[in-house]
Amino acid sequence: MKTWKFGNDIDTDAIIPGRYLTIYDLKELAAHAFEGTRDAFAKEAAVGDIIAAGRNFGCGSSREHAPIAIRGAGVRVVVAVSFARIFYRNCIATGILPVICPEADSITEEEEIILHLDEGYLTAGERTLTVEPVPAFMRKIIDAGGLVEYAKNLTEIEICTK
Amino acid sequence: MAATITEKIFSRRCGKDISAGDVMMAPIDAAMIHDITGPLAIKNFREMGGTTVFDPAKIIMLFDHQVPADSIPAAENQKFMRDFAAEQGILNYDIQEGVCHQVAVEKGRARPGDIVVGSDSHTCTYGAIGAFSTGIGSTDMGFAMKYGALHFRVPESLKLTTTGKFQHRVGPKDLILAMIGDLTVDGATYKAVEFTGDTISEMSIPGRMTCCNMAIEMGGKAGIVAPDEVTRAYCSGRMDGGWLDLAPDEDASYVLEREYDAADLVPQIAAPHNVDNVGDVTQFEGTPVDQVFIGSCTNGRYEDLAEAAEVLNGRKFSPDIRVIIVPASKTEYLKALRAGLIETFVEAGGIVEAPCCGPCMGGAFGILAPGEVSLSTSNRNFRGRQGSTEAEVYLCSPATAAASAITGKITDPREVA
Repeated sequence: MKTWKFGNDIDTDAIIPGRYLTIYDLKELAAHAFEGTRDAFAKEAAVGDIIAAGRNFGCGSSREHAPIAIRGAGVRVVVAVSFARIFYRNCIATGILPVICPEADSITEEEEIILHLDEGYLTAGERTLTVEPVPAFMRKIIDAGGLVEYAKNLTEIEICTK
Repeated sequence: MAATITEKIFSRRCGKDISAGDVMMAPIDAAMIHDITGPLAIKNFREMGGTTVFDPAKIIMLFDHQVPADSIPAAENQKFMRDFAAEQGILNYDIQEGVCHQVAVEKGRARPGDIVVGSDSHTCTYGAIGAFSTGIGSTDMGFAMKYGALHFRVPESLKLTTTGKFQHRVGPKDLILAMIGDLTVDGATYKAVEFTGDTISEMSIPGRMTCCNMAIEMGGKAGIVAPDEVTRAYCSGRMDGGWLDLAPDEDASYVLEREYDAADLVPQIAAPHNVDNVGDVTQFEGTPVDQVFIGSCTNGRYEDLAEAAEVLNGRKFSPDIRVIIVPASKTEYLKALRAGLIETFVEAGGIVEAPCCGPCMGGAFGILAPGEVSLSTSNRNFRGRQGSTEAEVYLCSPATAAASAITGKITDPREVA
């Protein structure tokens, strides 16, 4: 399982350029992931690989093409110091686990990441790093495989309204 | 309990006291989809078992990113959305009206006090008229279209107070760029940004839209201005209802408060490749540009175009560069047309396109080659945003864009008589 390391402020234009937004297919989007900024990703990323990044991962556009392209490449977990808000929600909605790890920027590509989410930590190579808990209702959506699968099984929802 | 504008909106809509940090399924008053994120939202809506949308009158649909369709896939996506609109009884503005955020506000589809979602990150623009408005992804949108509600975590707020009068040729875009430079690209992540102070009170709705539009560029979930007389005048005749009496309590709690002096501000530039890479225009003067873009949901309104024309003052654009001007909506286009601005731009050597997102997203036209430099009144300068990852995008105000379009290099608009 390879670790793909990225820096701070990785934006959605870097994850999937604007000219590919007419595409919705996982595999086709994955073929253009990080095109022009990290071409090796689309060629080499495989199922089970993990992305580790710095601050503000996924900033910019609301394009869900970004998490879909990452998921299409086989990556189901992104570990970052922090996430941009819309991307964070889009990860949950599309079944990617966004893990907040304050020390994620210290992770190197030589370190394999193993998650111990329920215990509140991950191991990167020999090191143990703390991760923030994922709120229970978000876990339910991710465990269902994303918001579409989750919503299919909803019979009714309780809307907070007057 | 003392509350921010955001807490008040959620409290009123939910009929009980709501505070920052609360998580709830909140009702949606309007939901906006466009040609890029709409098709996936519709597919997800259907996959969730959706058959009829929660309320067709509350769905705002239009096409603005790749219009008129610039490829067969874009045409197919737009056809797919047209068919959905017809089936569901949704009013579809199609390609006629312009950029989603401008249209949603000018048509009165978002009202003060509403909770609005849009599958576009710049949906935070509608805070200019006092709506709580935020960008979401397509799957969240599919859910919102089905249920008329969505999970929210009510955000904490930042209070950004601006006082004083802008210098000549300095305006709202310079202010918001300076704020982003100060607070950084993730300084407001997951927060609502309240803009206040006498500079904001005296600012027009278009100026407030420019500020709220770019709240996302500091990570903000929403940008918002408390409704006032300016809001009342703007909303009158455009919409029924809406809460014009929203104001934050004096002792409301903010995670951060900052004060800015408009009088001290000079024209600002955001240099490649992050929006917080901001400095005074004087630091960048003389940088050659290949293309100038005046338009977008940030700065494509009549008053932006009027300021650009005023700076131009009968001169020609540099023949060595491309100058692309795109009004943000049909309404703004017609105002500019009737005022003679379009003729001014065309005679000066500019290319005026019909209302749409234009070169902002690098998906349709006005795309940059490797090594080229764009100066743009839009909102993002990410690497590759307007085409090649080896191109550069600088962001600025309409006045700075016009001054620079005359000389072909970044120019301080205060220096152009």
